[in-house]
Amino acid sequence: MSDVVEKTLTALPGLFDSQTGAAKITNRLRQLIKSITELTSKHEEENLIKQELSAMKEQVSSPNTTMKQMREIMVRAMYCEMLGYDASFTYIHAIKLAQQGSVLEKRVGYLAVSLFLNEGHELLLLLVNTVLKDLQSTNLIEACMALTVVAQVFPKDMIPAVLPLVEDKLSHSKEIIRRKAVLALYKFYLIAPNQVQHIHAKFRKALCDKDPGVMTSSLHIYLQLIRESPDSYKDLTDSFVTILKQVVGGKLPVDFNYHSVPAPWLQIQLLRILSLLGKEDQSTSELMYDVLDESLRRAEMNHNITYAILYECVKAVYTIHPKAELLEKAARCIGNFVLSPKINLKYLGLKALTYVVQHDAKLALQHQMTIIECLDHSDFTIKRETLELLFRITNAQNVTVIVEKMLDFLRSCNDEHTVIHLVGKVAELAEKFAPDNSWFIQTMNDVFSVGGDLLQQDVPNNFLRLLAEGTESKEEDDQLRLYAVASYLTVLKGHTSHLPQCFLQVMSWVLGEYAHLQESVDRCEVIRLLTQLLNQRSVSSETRVWILSALTKISEGHADLILDLAESLSSSQDTVLRQQAQELHHLSRDSQLHEWVLPRGTPWDATEVDSSLSFLDGFVSEALAAGAAPYKPPHQRREELCEDRALNLEPYSFSLPVSLSSCSITDRQSPTLLSVSSGLSGNSTELSQKAGSSTLILEGVKRVWGKDGYLPQKEATAPPVDEPSAAVQAPCQQEAAERAEPQPEPSTINQDKQQLASSLFVGLGVGSSMSLLGKSEAPPPRFRKKPRPHESSSSSSSGTSERSSEASSRSSRNTTDSFLYGSLLEEEPATSISAFDHTPKCTTANGLAAKEDKRANASQILGGDMVIVRPSTIQDKHLPPLSSDLSALLPADLKDLPRSDVISLTSDPSLSLSSCRLFRDEALLLVVFISNCTDTVVKDVAVELSAEELETVSLRGNVVDCLEAGSTSVCHYTLLMDDPQTSVSFTGTVSYQTQPGHTNTLPFSGTLSTADFIRPLVVSTEEYGKLWLSLSHDVKQNLKLLADAGDPLRTTLNALKDALRLHVVDIIGSEGIVACRLLGGAPCLLHCRVNGAALAVWLRSPHPALPDCILYHCQRALAQH
Amino acid sequence: MNSIQLVRLASCRSSAQMQFMLLFSRQGKLRLQKWYVPLSDKEKKKITRELVQTVLARKPKMCSFLEWRDLKIVYKRYASLYFCCAIEDQDNELITLEIIHRYVELLDKYFGSVCELDIIFNFEKAYFILDEFLLGGEAQETSKKNVLKAIEQADLLQEDAKVSSACSECCECICVIRESLVAAHMLIIFRSRGIILARLISMRFMLPSQNMIFSVIASLFYPIEDF
Repeated sequence: MSDVVEKTLTALPGLFDSQTGAAKITNRLRQLIKSITELTSKHEEENLIKQELSAMKEQVSSPNTTMKQMREIMVRAMYCEMLGYDASFTYIHAIKLAQQGSVLEKRVGYLAVSLFLNEGHELLLLLVNTVLKDLQSTNLIEACMALTVVAQVFPKDMIPAVLPLVEDKLSHSKEIIRRKAVLALYKFYLIAPNQVQHIHAKFRKALCDKDPGVMTSSLHIYLQLIRESPDSYKDLTDSFVTILKQVVGGKLPVDFNYHSVPAPWLQIQLLRILSLLGKEDQSTSELMYDVLDESLRRAEMNHNITYAILYECVKAVYTIHPKAELLEKAARCIGNFVLSPKINLKYLGLKALTYVVQHDAKLALQHQMTIIECLDHSDFTIKRETLELLFRITNAQNVTVIVEKMLDFLRSCNDEHTVIHLVGKVAELAEKFAPDNSWFIQTMNDVFSVGGDLLQQDVPNNFLRLLAEGTESKEEDDQLRLYAVASYLTVLKGHTSHLPQCFLQVMSWVLGEYAHLQESVDRCEVIRLLTQLLNQRSVSSETRVWILSALTKISEGHADLILDLAESLSSSQDTVLRQQAQELHHLSRDSQLHEWVLPRGTPWDATEVDSSLSFLDGFVSEALAAGAAPYKPPHQRREELCEDRALNLEPYSFSLPVSLSSCSITDRQSPTLLSVSSGLSGNSTELSQKAGSSTLILEGVKRVWGKDGYLPQKEATAPPVDEPSAAVQAPCQQEAAERAEPQPEPSTINQDKQQLASSLFVGLGVGSSMSLLGKSEAPPPRFRKKPRPHESSSSSSSGTSERSSEASSRSSRNTTDSFLYGSLLEEEPATSISAFDHTPKCTTANGLAAKEDKRANASQILGGDMVIVRPSTIQDKHLPPLSSDLSALLPADLKDLPRSDVISLTSDPSLSLSSCRLFRDEALLLVVFISNCTDTVVKDVAVELSAEELETVSLRGNVVDCLEAGSTSVCHYTLLMDDPQTSVSFTGTVSYQTQPGHTNTLPFSGTLSTADFIRPLVVSTEEYGKLWLSLSHDVKQNLKLLADAGDPLRTTLNALKDALRLHVVDIIGSEGIVACRLLGGAPCLLHCRVNGAALAVWLRSPHPALPDCILYHCQRALAQH
Repeated sequence: MNSIQLVRLASCRSSAQMQFMLLFSRQGKLRLQKWYVPLSDKEKKKITRELVQTVLARKPKMCSFLEWRDLKIVYKRYASLYFCCAIEDQDNELITLEIIHRYVELLDKYFGSVCELDIIFNFEKAYFILDEFLLGGEAQETSKKNVLKAIEQADLLQEDAKVSSACSECCECICVIRESLVAAHMLIIFRSRGIILARLISMRFMLPSQNMIFSVIASLFYPIEDF
């Protein structure tokens, strides 16, 4: 036991005497702590705590326990929890204490809550009322405590309840309250950004707060905001620069100083913000050069805190648009770090170098000796950071040395995460820079044996893929393969029991595929080695499958050798293994079949895969005709299962039609839409693969059936960029030669290190001339991947099929929804029918129609020889026609529809484009008017429009052969929104020819809001009630109530109705119910209640994002009113 | 550590600068723990156990930083206590080191040359200070004066509550005035038999017991009775 604790024990009685008051309260705690320190074994401690806990349990449940006692119990409970014992029975009492206690007890109660409960804990809901009460309290301390707890743990769904109160606190007179409020809002922003959208203006006020503490807190929010979208805050650069200037100049109160450095935390925060703002933006960067220079200059004192600021400065200097003078200073700073005797600073120096060498590899050269010393440092952390740095400066010349260093480190390292991380890097380097085949294979062998089964799956995948796909030249590929085969045979001849499974799998695959290339080796020998492996006990069953499939591939002609094996394995416990053995058995009998199933030496991409399993369509339709149950995807099955099992909480009249309708839909769909069903079934195999332990085995099976199964599924790593290698190589060698000369004091430096340095830092100088501009001057990788058109098309097609099945499943869900609501909405057939109407539209033609349609639009290329892109300028003499004129041009059937104003999209001397939104019941019509402003005919006008988040259901009139002078053509897009977003933007171009052969293009863009896609949902009050109960996603928020002498509720609801096309179902007293739906089906119900001067709105919808969007638009609509 | 946990840790990342803070003794006993990312109790225990072991195993001359899982651990030893913070990889380690130091300074100022015992026996106070200094993993107030002011204000209010409840039991207490928030003096004004009495009590970091109030009041009353 430490002397400190012993001292305590002797001092304890004294403590009690001197602090009688305090001791009384924490007496029990002291006793507890004291007795725990006296114990000698863990077991005794456990018993003691158990006793303590049961005593506490009794006490809390007793009605006579006062709040004061409860507070003392809470402190003990916190202590027990800290020791690692479960005191969850006190959680509810902690909440009670916060609720009912006096300030003194409340404080402990709140602390206990924040320590005990996680963000998602359900008990937190009980805290909401307490927090609300305390936020309104006039007592400063109570308000502080409430804000503190809100900023630490608060349920996401309950944010709207406290949001207005927290917002009010932003203008509180006390700075501590303002500060905490800002941090609470920051927290809200992190967990639910949508809900604080409307208070961005207030953040600006906080930034300008006269109290530096409040301003500092607001920077947290800005850092986050700017990280997400730097462009929207460029205008604030000046303010940040000014603030930083003031801070650096010492204008803040002295008590913000830390070790006589003015407000270092604030400085660092500002530097981070500035570097984000100045990234790749020259004009913004120019604003901050001065202040960065100043910061670098000021931070001279030799203390940790100045180094912390310097580090941030250096990072900022290298992140923003470069300025030579600053870079030089920053580089000198890094030198101070790296050369510092303090190990913490050295570490940070390495970290800074790692960051900087990406921009300027030359810098590493200056510190090569230090780097080499660090490489042999006794501290693991330093070593690892050094390797990270080396990884960044690796090139084709030093790769062997660096990889060797990394592997050395890996062999002595036993931390799982480090191994996984570094091994991946070694593999990456090996693939990128390998000097020759033997080195590559050898290194990969090391990677597999060191990394073992911790390896991330993509390392072996990439390796096998590289072998399989090969490079441009067949001879080189074969050589590599040959070398691999030879190397693996040597490995297998040695001890194999310690090899990781992953390595065995790789070896067996390579041997299975390429053993035949090695003519000198007897095939029987390979078979013998593999069989031997198969019989080893340490080999997992997954690996066995790999081995067996390899055997299947090479057994041709030597079937007799392994027939016994197949026989013995065909009674294996493992189903996959058994199946594999059976296949082997059959294939070995029929050599023709073998040839067909496992063709040898065919190029990789020759195998075609029918991922949609469409060849089974016939079978499926027959089975269906014979009365088989239609296929249901797993999630649907699971849902149905849940429905059966779970308690039925919904009204009976309601649940019945649901199940009926869902069945009838699947019945109708399946036989007619075969490809959809096959798409689904294809999907289902993928799903089942993802689930559980069966994954691995299934993959194994796939691999047997040719080369298709497993490798093509994964994404290609970005193909390395081809660069003129000669140009890079030449200066590279030159530089290497130059570099050898200016070695400082060669005599004093160890010869070995010198040598190591020259091998490590060879070829680094290349970047010196161009480093700032071209960040990645990677030399051409050795293993250049062959471009594979087939692969890309297959992957994209599988992608689309997946998407289409997704789309179709979604649309089927939509249809279910519309049935679901349809049953409620019998009086109003229009909605249900229209909702149903367009859903089949996208499911017909495999659900691909819409997508392909879109792609076709986007890829429309006109036949002109030249494309002239002219920036759009509006010229006065070509005024676009008046909007009233334009709307008159609408087709007769569209004229009566409600529509927005006509707005001008873009124009140039020849054409002007305007658009107008028409709100049809079942979709949004975006009408584009193309007017010819010239006196001549414009030909071949074509409009392309794309919006990622929107679905184009149909379009008309987007290509016009000939547009007469002064005339206007109308084209319209029918759009639907799948996922509600507050606003979506669309972009497009119109191309036309004024003279034959000269195509002009004119870009345009615009935004559409969710509000455009919202339609009234006409329901009766009873139906509304039923529907309300059936919906799950809840959002509550307080809205502004429009001031009106008569009936503010009605006025407000009418305003919303006009702005957003909602349907006001009913208004009873101070409550109103409103309903709307998103095009495509999902309804959203609003329940509004007048609550003082605010309107408490409660939204429910089956779609999780919809209420947020609608809320946003409601806020905007009311704000504009 | 399975991948799911890793993913969870990673997904929590954007939400807080600091992931958690642990205080433990040289013997590996946890003295304080504050988590700024939501994790289950099981994960917390596992992380604590692993970290305490790793940090204790490091030699004194090694650097204060540690790459651990996908996080960066910054630790520093003060006497028998280790202060240990987990931050994201891109974060500035040195400033975190200084955050630890500032926290120790605050504790020191509050307890008056703080030692491990102060934290063991008054750990809730240590939490209060931490909550005033860091909120949700971000530095809330970096001015030492302001943090201590906030804490003392809350402490004083506690005392006020106690004093007035004690006073109300023996006589009619008109008001309790805090003369100065920092210095923690109290002016207690009583009315007794029509005579207004006042007494200045100086208290600091000590919760006055009822007995003490009684004795104060008694000392006020004696001269009157004599009179």
